[in-house]
Amino acid sequence: MGKLLLTVIRRDLLLAYRRRADVLTTLFFFVIVVSLFPLGVGPEMKTLRLIAPGVVWVAALLASMLSLQRLFAADYQDGTLEQMLLAPQPLAVIVLGKIIAHWMVSGLPLALMAPLLGLQFDLPPEALLVLFAALLLGTPVLSLIGAIGAALTLGVRGGGVLLSLLVLPLYIPALIFGAGAVEAYIAGVSPEGHLSLLAALLIFSGLATPWVTALALRIAME
Amino acid sequence: MAINLFKFSSPATFYPVAGKLIPVFYGLAAILTVIGLYLSFFVAPTDATQGEVYRIIFIHVPAAWMSMFIYLVMAGWAGLGLILNTRLSSMMAQALAPTGAMFTFVALVTGAFWGKLAWGTWWDWDARMTSELILLFLYIGYMSLTAAIDDVRRADKAGAILALVGAVNVPIIYFSVKWWNTLHQGASVSLIRAPSMAKTMLLGMLVMALAAWMYSIAVALSRARLIMLEREKNSAWVQDVLEKKS
Amino acid sequence: MNWGSWSNFFAMGGRGFYVWGAYLITLICIVAELGLLARHKRTLRQRLTQMLRLNKQS
Repeated sequence: MGKLLLTVIRRDLLLAYRRRADVLTTLFFFVIVVSLFPLGVGPEMKTLRLIAPGVVWVAALLASMLSLQRLFAADYQDGTLEQMLLAPQPLAVIVLGKIIAHWMVSGLPLALMAPLLGLQFDLPPEALLVLFAALLLGTPVLSLIGAIGAALTLGVRGGGVLLSLLVLPLYIPALIFGAGAVEAYIAGVSPEGHLSLLAALLIFSGLATPWVTALALRIAME
Repeated sequence: MAINLFKFSSPATFYPVAGKLIPVFYGLAAILTVIGLYLSFFVAPTDATQGEVYRIIFIHVPAAWMSMFIYLVMAGWAGLGLILNTRLSSMMAQALAPTGAMFTFVALVTGAFWGKLAWGTWWDWDARMTSELILLFLYIGYMSLTAAIDDVRRADKAGAILALVGAVNVPIIYFSVKWWNTLHQGASVSLIRAPSMAKTMLLGMLVMALAAWMYSIAVALSRARLIMLEREKNSAWVQDVLEKKS
Repeated sequence: MNWGSWSNFFAMGGRGFYVWGAYLITLICIVAELGLLARHKRTLRQRLTQMLRLNKQS
């Protein structure tokens, strides 16, 4: 089981490495969206500090939407997905492996980049750490929930926009707890409550969504 | 019993039965609406603190109830269709969605009218209003997904998964929004304060809710009938139905 | 009847706009839903009977 998981992760990471440009596109999208906000709101540092957690989180949601479509699309097109469905190995484990690999090339870079962007918004150093921790816990939730949407809209016309319509409302709890952690820290409250709720969300979605996604994939390929 | 149920759940049998039931439910809805409006406007007394504005609750609360209730029923039918593979339950789920979305919208708009006087703004990021807005998004997502997939079987099942995931998420969303709301501002004014509410007010609300319920059944059944006709257009029973009419 | 006169009833204690506005929009939503449903029914029946007729001719 663990071996299967590692094999799938290694395979998907290798494929992602061969298409490095895609990973960078998502990351640059994230950077550009976050950098646009000061231009729209104005350079007032007090306001920027206030909106920073929300802006970074909303940008992370949008960036993860962009990369979600690629989660199953390539395997769907070249027929690998069909093989995976027929394989004797449990599909949910394969799906989990794909989600983890997807997070490592889409969510993790965002979390690593976020503290740097936080500097643009004049966040204090400890708040940057909280932002990083919140994104580290929250972005896997986005990949996990998003996988359901990606499987449901596989090969459907207008898939990209439809996917955001389905998935973005489901992201709301992660957004609230994630941005809330940093806001709480800035307001002088311990962010522990937010972070533990985010962790609970991660555990719950980690246990449930691979099965649901596997079911959705079977329906899509019927 | 089981055989009868399965016979009943075939579209060919269900279509004429539903056709006979629809006028009954429309009639019940109309009668209950008249009674409910009479109770709301002529029997229920003026509220001591809110004056006459509170009379909005006679549509606002039933609409909000129906919006959540219909989502649950829809997810239930969709789940049943997913597990038992019955065509009829998936059709019912899809027939309910637009009515549920309509009631969600009504709950939001009437809430805004009330909020303009109670809070001084048309919109407040109050926990219930925000959750209701998200519920509207969930309805829209479900309808867009089922509409976008051409293959009927896949549309039914994919919609079912989305509806069930949404149903699991609704309480999580509600509590997270509520928590977020109490962190950012104090508890907001409540539209219904149970202890001080007169019995006749509650009665008016219940009758109106019942009317909305009957209306939803009638509309959902007639929409389900259209879905049946569309999907089974090549079968013999649909051709019989069409020939009888023309 | 606890209103005294019809004008009192329509005024709703000076909040007529809000109360009647909310009720009017609800009414519009319900009428719109019923109207769309009726139109859908009509067009669907037309389309299906036409199809039936064409099938019989061929």
